[in-house]
This record gives sequence, structure tokens and C-alpha cells, in this order.
Amino acid sequence: MAQVLTEFDTIAAISTPVGEGGISIVRLSGDAAVTIANALFKGADLTKVPSHTIHYGHLMVPDGRQVIDEVMVTVMRAPKTFTREDIIEINCHGGIVVTNRILQLLLQNGARMADPGEFTKRAFVHGRIDLTQAESTMDLIRAKTDQSRALAVNQLAGKLLAKIRRSRQKLLDTLANVEVNIDYPEYDADTVTASQMQATAKQVMTEISQLLATANEGKILRNGLATAIVGRPNVGKSSLLNYLTHSEQAIVTDVAGTTRDTLEASISVDGIPLELIDTAGIRKTADKVEKIGVARSEQALARADLILLLIDASQPLSAEDRELLAKTSQKKRIVVLNKTDLGAAITAESIQAMTASPVIAVSVLHEANLSALAAEIKTLFFQGIKNRHEDVLVSNQRQVSLLTKASDQLQDVITALDAGTPVDLAQIDFTGAWETLGEITGESAPDELITQLFSQFCLGK
Amino acid sequence: MIKTYNSSEYDVIVVGAGHAGSEAALASARMGLKTLVVTIGLDMVAFMPCNPSVGGPAKGTVVREIDALGGEMGRNIDKTYIQMRMLNTGKGPAVRALRAQADKWQYHEQMKRTIENTPNLTLRQAIVDQLVVEDGICRGVVTNTGAKYLAKSVVLTTGTAARGKIIIGELTYSSGPNNTTPAIKLSEHLADFGFKLRRFKTGTPPRVNGNTIDYHQTEEEPGDQEPRHFSFTSKDADYLRDQVSCWMTYTNAQTHQIIRDNLDRAPMFSGLIKGVGPRYCPSIEDKVIRFADKDRHQIFLEPEGRHTKEIYVGDFSTSMPEEVQLKMLHSVAGLQHAELMRPGYAIEYDVIEPWQLKHTLETKKIKGLFTAGQMNGTSGYEEAAGQGLIAGINAALSAKGQPGFTLGRDEAYIGVLIDDLVTKGTNEPYRLLTSRAEYRLILRHDNADLRLTPYGRKLGLIDTDRYEAFLAKKQAIQDLIAKLHDLTIHPIDDVQSFLVKVGQAPLSDGVKADLFLRRPQVTIDDIEMLTHLKLASDRYVKEQVEIALKYAGYIKKEQQQIDRLKRQEAKRIPSQLDYDQVDGLATEARQKFAKIRPETLAQAERISGVNPADLAILSVYIQNGHYHETK
Repeated sequence: MAQVLTEFDTIAAISTPVGEGGISIVRLSGDAAVTIANALFKGADLTKVPSHTIHYGHLMVPDGRQVIDEVMVTVMRAPKTFTREDIIEINCHGGIVVTNRILQLLLQNGARMADPGEFTKRAFVHGRIDLTQAESTMDLIRAKTDQSRALAVNQLAGKLLAKIRRSRQKLLDTLANVEVNIDYPEYDADTVTASQMQATAKQVMTEISQLLATANEGKILRNGLATAIVGRPNVGKSSLLNYLTHSEQAIVTDVAGTTRDTLEASISVDGIPLELIDTAGIRKTADKVEKIGVARSEQALARADLILLLIDASQPLSAEDRELLAKTSQKKRIVVLNKTDLGAAITAESIQAMTASPVIAVSVLHEANLSALAAEIKTLFFQGIKNRHEDVLVSNQRQVSLLTKASDQLQDVITALDAGTPVDLAQIDFTGAWETLGEITGESAPDELITQLFSQFCLGK
Repeated sequence: MIKTYNSSEYDVIVVGAGHAGSEAALASARMGLKTLVVTIGLDMVAFMPCNPSVGGPAKGTVVREIDALGGEMGRNIDKTYIQMRMLNTGKGPAVRALRAQADKWQYHEQMKRTIENTPNLTLRQAIVDQLVVEDGICRGVVTNTGAKYLAKSVVLTTGTAARGKIIIGELTYSSGPNNTTPAIKLSEHLADFGFKLRRFKTGTPPRVNGNTIDYHQTEEEPGDQEPRHFSFTSKDADYLRDQVSCWMTYTNAQTHQIIRDNLDRAPMFSGLIKGVGPRYCPSIEDKVIRFADKDRHQIFLEPEGRHTKEIYVGDFSTSMPEEVQLKMLHSVAGLQHAELMRPGYAIEYDVIEPWQLKHTLETKKIKGLFTAGQMNGTSGYEEAAGQGLIAGINAALSAKGQPGFTLGRDEAYIGVLIDDLVTKGTNEPYRLLTSRAEYRLILRHDNADLRLTPYGRKLGLIDTDRYEAFLAKKQAIQDLIAKLHDLTIHPIDDVQSFLVKVGQAPLSDGVKADLFLRRPQVTIDDIEMLTHLKLASDRYVKEQVEIALKYAGYIKKEQQQIDRLKRQEAKRIPSQLDYDQVDGLATEARQKFAKIRPETLAQAERISGVNPADLAILSVYIQNGHYHETK
């Protein structure tokens, strides 16, 4: 079935240029705009506030345990809005990561990624824009939609398309078998069992998660490596931070005037984009960074693509150091031996014996050997993305959200079958996953299933 | 040249009295319109020229939908079945399906009797050669005997009779189904009006004498003990106890070798058959060739009636020469000495390409002209009857000057069937499958009465007694849900040991009965047993409540999809829209829109080859309110 552009579900998009300016705006339009935003907003009940008002609060993940950002939310109810639908505008603190995270959360909670020009299109369809603009608007829709379709096809050309098609075919084979069991109960085809359906669902989920893993590489290319500097107190984290952010090439995104406790800075080291995460108070309170202990570092670890683990070379390895070494062992990391100027209690060789990660001995204070650190970061970065030209790369948020949706649907299948749900009911989500993947490849026709049915089985009547 | 004469005038004329024609005629007459039904052979009224059965997956649901709308098929089979079985009982509620083996002679006689005894309805034998069309409006028909009947609307249900041609090996002859007279002139007449026709092919297997079958070499398939029936009005107490069994056997390597050795004589492969056959009901020669790796195929031996020895050799459809058919049959276990009574045959016939119809089954070209059944490209008695009912209803409404009646894809399998036909057309005889329905958990056979009886009532096809019984059932369902919501199941010994017995975790605390019911393996009967309360008396009421509560999550999912569909269905496209005036449409989309003329944006979306940009442009074009109409 063709993707519906005429359906006025709730759409979302980042409406400010990404990565520029201090404030980013994420906009929602549609019937469910207010309820979707309200589910993620901690502050006033947005469903009850008057129209055209702005509200201070926090954007949280739905379980309410993690704050994403401190935000101002504007509520504008239909019809006096740009699209003549309910509109929510979330003003957040800019920065690619936070803004994308907010958008992702909205998409996960019922909004759909807006197509190019879709807000404008809705404004037109609802008669908000003068009808004399009809011709040009339609040209715009034509051009933009076709362009984005062409773009989507180009992006998919090759391996991604082939991989998703293979996954879909696996689902389709099982699906056709389920259907033949239903429509031809007396036909002696093997009956698809719950465990067979689960096995297929799990297999395809694995394939999807592999594709989604490449999405991370796609993100790294665009936004840089999310990098966390961790280490026990007084090991020199702030000095390294200052060196990196104050070095000539450093570009620090605007974080001024905020009270957020989670900040990020995009910097460039030798032309490699790094996004420093969870390094609170980069500029104002640099002296306090030292006080951030192991507990805080742990949060940073979860999000990081790259860990810079600092160890004080002038002192014997402490229990805390060992704990951090163990904790970060599964991550891409560089072990940085600092304070080599103060005499070596630990050698690079002794650490290297403990880990496969590169170990670099530096003195941040004397700026000794920091170029080696930069070179290592560069090596790791290119390692991280070098597969790009050979391997599949999921590159846009639409693909990510559809893949995630398909994966969720397959999880529902597995859960339902575990609970003893009949195969032909669990099949509802199974079919859903197959259709969702079809939205990515642009081939989701019910006739496909019928054709499969008759090519796979020899049916009488 | 036969001289024509002016005969009687009617409100509605139905041409053909097969499964589509019978329903159309009865619906129209019952809606109070003076109705004539003309058939080539009175002995063929509601006849089953192929398999002697009604129902099965999707089809069985259609029968119940017909019943809920006040149609006849469900009642007719409930009076004339010789075996009843529920299929898919091991699966979920969405796909369970009722199927009956019919006594095909009694089925025909019973339907003919019903038609004869229905007020406002005249049954007459004749061949319709021509339509009377004035100013693009159908005004009546002319028969081969020269009678000219006038009417306000006409329903055509020509089945496989239109330029029918039977093929058995090298033998071909002009014939309708079961060696009846074909309708030749009407097709030519329709083509003259500019209707696009095409040739389809279907087939039927041989019949053998049951006395000559060795049943010991076959497997018995008996009917169900538990009372079942299609119609809301049938009673469990009337359930047939003395049922007739079917039998199953298989083809084998020898059968397949005989087929391969004689392929040069098979019309399917020699090029003699030009019509397109159905993929889902291939001939046995087709199966052997296309699925060469299968070393055997199932064969079902089905009695054609209680008082005949004729046995239908199911899944053995063939158009091989008679000589080869005999060899094939005699190679099969149990049929070594079977006497052939009628050879299998293929039949080619004309169909009207169904995209030329509206959802009411009125032709777009000629007002007041409706078509239904196999001539619209479907196969199957149930598919035909469902269309016949809708065409009959709409012919009646049209004659009364009232707006048409249509069913959505979310309301009925009949809705799915008709929408598929008029939106996509069909390249082969179309069979309903459950996989064609998007919302099959909503479109269950057990809730067809709840879905459609109010429509039947509104149309005047459901009488007061039945409607009150329906309302009482609905109320009982609500009452039972309320009772279960208020009732608490306590973790007493009886409850805990019951849960252990059915493999469920014991309760840690009291729980509401409606939640308790959601556990697998728990039924309302169990709750009655555990609480010593009589909650409801009607097992059909209990069934509805169990399904509604146990599968609430999935039902809600489908309901949400339906809500979305509804919003799209609400966006109507002006019927005379001139697509040439819509700037920016891709050429393919422009052509398809102009050909199919979708009635709503939802339908436009279902047309294959239409992309999102085209839909957006169409949507914008319509919603700005300024559109051009074709001249």
C-alpha cells in the first residue's frame, strides 16, 4: 500500500537548522500533537493549558526517570495555527544530540517523521495558505516528494535494500505458510508452529539490530564520535578537556545561559569531529570536573562511542582504576596514561599487557605526546567508519524509526507466542513487521502475499 | 428474426438464477419491489455445478454475512446439508470456519421453492439476448422468445454461461455449465455497448459411482457432533445427527506418470484453452507439472447428495480426454474399479472486467444496470451469492430512487471482495481468502450477525422477531461483560487447583473475573463452575464475550487501523472529476484514476502503481474545492 500523504496523522520535525544557533525547535502538528508532547513533558499538564501559551519544564523519557533536556513548550491549538492543526513547539538547548533525541522520542511515541514540505502542505490543504499559491504548492509537493523518493531509493540502492528484502522474504515465507494453514486447513502443508514463528521473528530481529548498529556509524559520520573522558578524581580530566576545547581547532557549541547538568560540546581534533558528552560545566565550572567521580562517569559510558580513560601514571594502579578498566573493556577506548612528567609508577607496557585497547602515555600539563593521542583518535575514528563504503549503512531517521518499529512488532510476536497466543493472532504483528519493512523498500503490497501463497503451495479447493 | 412483443413491466429484473441471481431476486422482492428473475433453465436454480459444499475459510464468513443481511444462502444450506464441520478449531477465533457438505439436489429444490413462494417475485425460463438501454439508462431486457420486459433496474448474473465453451481433451463444444444452453448473444450485446470483456477458465473433476469405490483404502472424514449452523435463525435442536461422511485418498507416482505421458492431449498445455484459470484451483495436470517434486496430492471424495450414489472427486479437476481421465482415476487407491459417471471438464466463459463497476455493482457506463457473481470474475458460490445480494439490494434501492448500499473492507468480507474487484480488477477467477482481509479479527464468522444485522434491518430484509432476538443477544453480551467486571475471583482452593490443572500460575490475590478470563485456558464455563454462578445461558453469548475479552489487545490494534481507514474513506472524490485537469499527476496515475474512478481517497490509495505524490496532489486538488468535471 502506498504511503499515505493524505492522512493527517501527527508529524514531527526539527524546524531549525540542525547544529546551528543556541536554541533548536522541534515541531509537532496533528491531532495527537498535544498528547504526544504531554506524555514526555514534566511540568504543566499540556492538555489543560490555554492555547497559544508557553510552558517551562523538562522533557523526560516516558518512564520519567531520565531528563533529556530543560525545555520551553509552546502549545497552539487548531485552527489558529500555521497548519490549522494542533501544533506543539519544543524549544530545546540546541546541539545535534539532544535535538535528535527529542525527535526520536516523539517518533517512538506516536508521531511520524514529517516529509519534506509537509507542514507547508498541510497549511495549504487546510486552506491556511492563499489558494492563488495552489499551482506552485503542488509543484512543490511533486518536486519535493519525488526528490525525496529518489533520494531514498539512491540511499537504499545496493546492500541495504538487498538485506531488507532478504529479511522480508523470510517473514513472507513463514507468513505464506501460516496463511495456507488457515485458508486451506485440509491441505497437507506443514503447520507453522509457535516455535517456528518465533525462530523466524528472532532471526529477523537480529538482522534488524545489525542494520541498526550501522545506523550508529551513520550518526558518527554526521555528528561525530560521542566521547566521554572518564577517570578517578584528580587524574587530569579537566586539563585534557581544557586542552581539547581550548586548542586552536576547537569549536564549542553554545551552551551558555543554561542550568542543564548534561552538556555537550562538539569539537574537532585534527579535523575529527568529537562530541564530548556528560562533561558538565565545561567552561564555567571546569574546576569542578575533577569532583565528578566514578558514579557520574558511568552514565557517560553508556552513551559514548569512544572512551578516553585517564590513569595517573605517577601512582600505582588503584582499585578505582581497575574498576574503570573493567567497566570500559567492551567499549572502543583509548587508555591515556597522564602525568608522565611526575615519574612513572606505571608503564605503558604494563597497562598494554592488560588490554587490547591502545595505550598512550602523555603529559597534558606539558602537552607532551598529545599529538599521538590525536593520531590515535583519528585512527579509531576511521576504523569506526571505514566499513562505510563496503557495508550497509542505515543513514536516516525514517529508516531508523521504521526498523525500530519492525523490531518492536517482532518482539510483540515473540511475547505473544510465549503467552500461548495462537499463531494466527501473533501473525497480526508478524504481518505488521513485514509491512513496516516494506515501507522502507517501498514494496508493501498485499498481492505479494497472495502470489507467494500460490507459488509456494500447490492448492486445490 | 424473432418478432418482439411487449410483455409485463417490473421494478427489477434479474437475469440468471444461480447463487448470485437467487440472492439478488429474493432481496429485491423482499424489499417490496416487483421482481422478475429469468433463467436459461429452471432446473438449474441455485445449482452447484462443481463441488457439493458451502463455506470454508472466508467463504463461510460470507455465508453468515449474507444471512445477517437477510439473504438466503445460510438458511438454504442449513435446511439441506448432509455434513457440517468447523475447520481450524485448533487456531484462533479469527480464522475458524464452518463448512457444510450440501445435498446439491435438495439445495436447488429448496431455493427454487423459496423463490416460488416469495411474494412480488416471478420466476421464468428464458434466455436474455438484449438489454433495453435509453439515454445511457437500462430500461429492461428482451428474451430469445421475443418478450420485452421493462424495468427500472436490471441485474445480470450470467455465471459461466456467457459464450460458455466446454473442453474435454480434444473435444470442445458450446455449452453452459453442466451441459446447459449457453448465452451467446448477450455477451456480443455488452461488447457493443463498449464493455471490456475477457475469457476466464475454470474446471470441474469427474464424478464416480460410490458403489464402485473401495472405501477401505481411504480415510474417513465425518461431520461434527457439536451442533453448528450458518443462519442466526437455525436452532441447535434441529442439528442433523445422521450425517454423511467424506473420504480422503491420494494420487501417486503412477497417476502422475499417466498425466505426464498424456500432456500432449491436455488442453491446458496444447493451447486449446485460451482463458485464464485460477491459481488456487488448478487442474490436477497443472498441479503435477507445477509441483513436480510432490509425490502425491490429496483427493477428497464428496457425496453429491443423500439420495444419489454420485461422488465428486474433489481436487481432481481435469480437462484430459475421457480415456485418460479413466486411467488417472483407476490409478488412485480406492478408485481402482470406480465407474465414471460424468467426466471432468474445463469451461471457458466471458467475464466483464470488474473495474467497470461501482461499489454498488452498478456499471459505470449504464445507469440502472448491475452485474454480479461469476461474470464479475469471481469463482465460488459464496462469492457469487454475496455479490448477488448486494446487487439485488442496490437494484431495488435504485428502482426506488434511493442512495446505494455498500460495505467497507472493515465491515464485511463481502466489502473486501467487492472493493478488490472494482479497485484492482482481477487477472484470474477471484477467490476470497482470509489473507485478502486486513481486519480479519474483526471480520469473524461468529460476529457477522453483530456486524451486519442492523443493516439488514434498515434495508427491510430482517423481520421484527429476528431483530428482537438479535437485540436481546446484544444486550446479553453487554450484561455478561458487566457481570464479569463486577465479579471477583478469590484465591480459594478450588480456584488454585483449577489453575494448576490448566498449567497456569495460582492467584496471589483476588482478581476481577474479566481479567481472570484473559488467562489462556480459562473459559466462562470454568468461571461459572468455580463461582457456582450461572452467568449466561446462551453459548453464543459466552463465545462473543470470551473473544472480546481474551483478544481485546489485538482487536484494539485492528480497530485503530480501521479508524485511520475511516478518515480516508470519508474523503470522497467527485465522480465526474476530470483527471486531465489535475496538474502534476504522473501519467500512469492519471490513466489509472481515470479508468477506475476511485470513489474515495482510501480507494485511490489501494490502486496499484499509484505513488504517494499522486495521492497528495489528488488530495490537495479535491480539497481546495475547485475541480473540473468531465464533459
